Amino acid sequence: MSDQSQEGAAATGGGLMTRWVELAVALLICAGGAIVVVDSLRLGAKWGSDGPEAGYFPFLIGVALLLSGGWIVANVLARWRKLAGSVFVEYERLKPVMTMLLPTIAYVVLIKLIGIYVASAIFIGAFMVWKGKYRALPAASVALGVPVALFLLFEIWFLVPLPKGPIEHLLGY
Amino acid sequence: MEDIGNLMQGFAVALTWKNLLFMLVGILLGVLIGVLPGLGGANGVAILLPLTFSMPPTSAIIMLSCIYWGALFGGAITSILFNIPGEPWSVATTFDGYPMAQQGRAGEAMTAAFTSSFIGAFVAVLVITFLAPLVAKFALKFGPAEYFAVQFLTFCSFIGMSREPPAKTIAAMMLGFALAAVGLDTVTGQLRMTFGHTELLQGFDFLIAVIGLFGLGEILLTMEEGLAFKGAKGKIDLNVVLQTWKKLPRYWMTSLRGCLIGCWMGITPGGATPASFMSYGMARRMSKDRDSFGTGNIEGVVAPETAAHAAGTSALLPMLTLGIPGSPTAAVLLGGLLIWGLQPGPLLFVEKKEFVWGLIASMYLGNIVGLLIVLTTVPWWAAILRIPFSIIAPVIVVICAVGAYTVHNNMFDVAMMLVFGVVGYFFKKLRYPLAPLVLALVLGDMAETAFRQSMLLSGGSVGIFWSNGLVGTIMTLAVVLLCWPLVSAGLDLWRKRLRASESAADDAPDPAKAGKP
Repeated sequence: MSDQSQEGAAATGGGLMTRWVELAVALLICAGGAIVVVDSLRLGAKWGSDGPEAGYFPFLIGVALLLSGGWIVANVLARWRKLAGSVFVEYERLKPVMTMLLPTIAYVVLIKLIGIYVASAIFIGAFMVWKGKYRALPAASVALGVPVALFLLFEIWFLVPLPKGPIEHLLGY
Repeated sequence: MEDIGNLMQGFAVALTWKNLLFMLVGILLGVLIGVLPGLGGANGVAILLPLTFSMPPTSAIIMLSCIYWGALFGGAITSILFNIPGEPWSVATTFDGYPMAQQGRAGEAMTAAFTSSFIGAFVAVLVITFLAPLVAKFALKFGPAEYFAVQFLTFCSFIGMSREPPAKTIAAMMLGFALAAVGLDTVTGQLRMTFGHTELLQGFDFLIAVIGLFGLGEILLTMEEGLAFKGAKGKIDLNVVLQTWKKLPRYWMTSLRGCLIGCWMGITPGGATPASFMSYGMARRMSKDRDSFGTGNIEGVVAPETAAHAAGTSALLPMLTLGIPGSPTAAVLLGGLLIWGLQPGPLLFVEKKEFVWGLIASMYLGNIVGLLIVLTTVPWWAAILRIPFSIIAPVIVVICAVGAYTVHNNMFDVAMMLVFGVVGYFFKKLRYPLAPLVLALVLGDMAETAFRQSMLLSGGSVGIFWSNGLVGTIMTLAVVLLCWPLVSAGLDLWRKRLRASESAADDAPDPAKAGKP
């Protein structure tokens, strides 16, 4: 997969450059390492009266995280010129990713507000109509069928409660 | 011979109608999961795990492990018919499987793939049957230092064997350890890295990470690639099966090699994916007509499938005997054991005999049932792949969300799954390996406890890891594996220089300077 993205050097519509993404992710890893180190030092990363303190092991992990992040940063910088033409993802291809990611974020927010069943129905139905250009009837059948199946499987057979909202409450659940 | 008796008792446990039914359901679900994009062995089992909490543990593990076998089988179907590896370990199967399908030999390719998978798995189960009790008996003598050493070996072998850059493997692994450390420290009772957020008290559950990284991340990748499923027709009839079976014994050497590579890579957690590539590479190098590989050589299907299944199956050996999983899916199964109240490790073989041997017996049966099912139901699975992605994608996202929620009945987990999904997308594209991250997240607490206890015993000296022959050998092996990328880079350099100096034929090569073994 990464081979493809590196070959896609002759980008048509432009895109996110691999080297910047590589660098950003590596720096985020370093930042994560720094957080771990700082918090471990707060807890105490030394040898306490009764053995290693709470931050002893995480401190080592944080240091390793920092070192590996730094190694990747150095590696990216060393290959900076070589990576010049390499595109991480073209903007043209980023669009479908976003058409999946953004509705998914909306879906998760919706679960919080109105429960998982209704949210799932809206999510599946909307996605099929919008992205798949389906007519109302087939979209509605999948959009209603999946939550009903989930409801039977979880609430009725396996007695695992899922998040519910006002509509389920109206129906007595 | 005591083991044979135990195994027979295991068969008695596994061969009840109820357990056979669970087996069947597990295999069918597993193949479905293996065929669908975004669902695989690891996250499929993770999503279904909460449904098994109320089941008896033996039936539950039989069903879940059968999902795993099913997923291993299912990956081959999509690789051969659609040139889309349903699972990472079936990437190598596409090299020759898809060309065969294009030539109208899809039935032959699939029969070869399924049969080799079966053989690989069968050999691995044999290895488990006879090796696991020995390893368990041996491991009973382990102290904390030995445990940490074995875990250290596990992680070092990831770095040494990984196809990804070592720095990224280490980074992914350390990220897993760091996430595992979040939350309440069980020894001191202090809160670590929660920064005042009560949601983080429990820490990060690896099941959520698995569902996000492998599920949502995969869906995002698939969206980017904009897959259009254009596949060959998948039809298998008895005639094709029998004719292919007649041919297969010719490739016994390839199979045997695949089994050996697979078992080795599964037990020392290299995993099924590198095993399949390694086996394919070996088969090609050893073959007489090397050039036919990649154009539809049946040997190119036999080799990776045997190794992938052998590795996937034998990954359960360290999980059962030491509590150290050899693959992400084995890690999820390990999580299941803990939730059912079973402590994996050597004591399991003493205290829960009927569970262990029931599981091992179910591996034999599950793979036989699996082979029969996939051979007879291929056209159905191929039809599922023709369902447009704009229907499948949202449904899989819904299933992932439900799976993430049911782990702890917690909305925060669903949001975390989303975050892990995005991380998975970036990591996959930048070639950060996901398996070490997941394993570190699972083993983080255990590794830390073992490390702390050893440090307590020795009063803070690292010397305890070389204090006796056993622990010293394991640690040294681990360090060698850790440095393997450096060693092999050094060897390459040395070879290059050797060649250069040979062609120049003036000064002699200096091995001491160029490469240090």
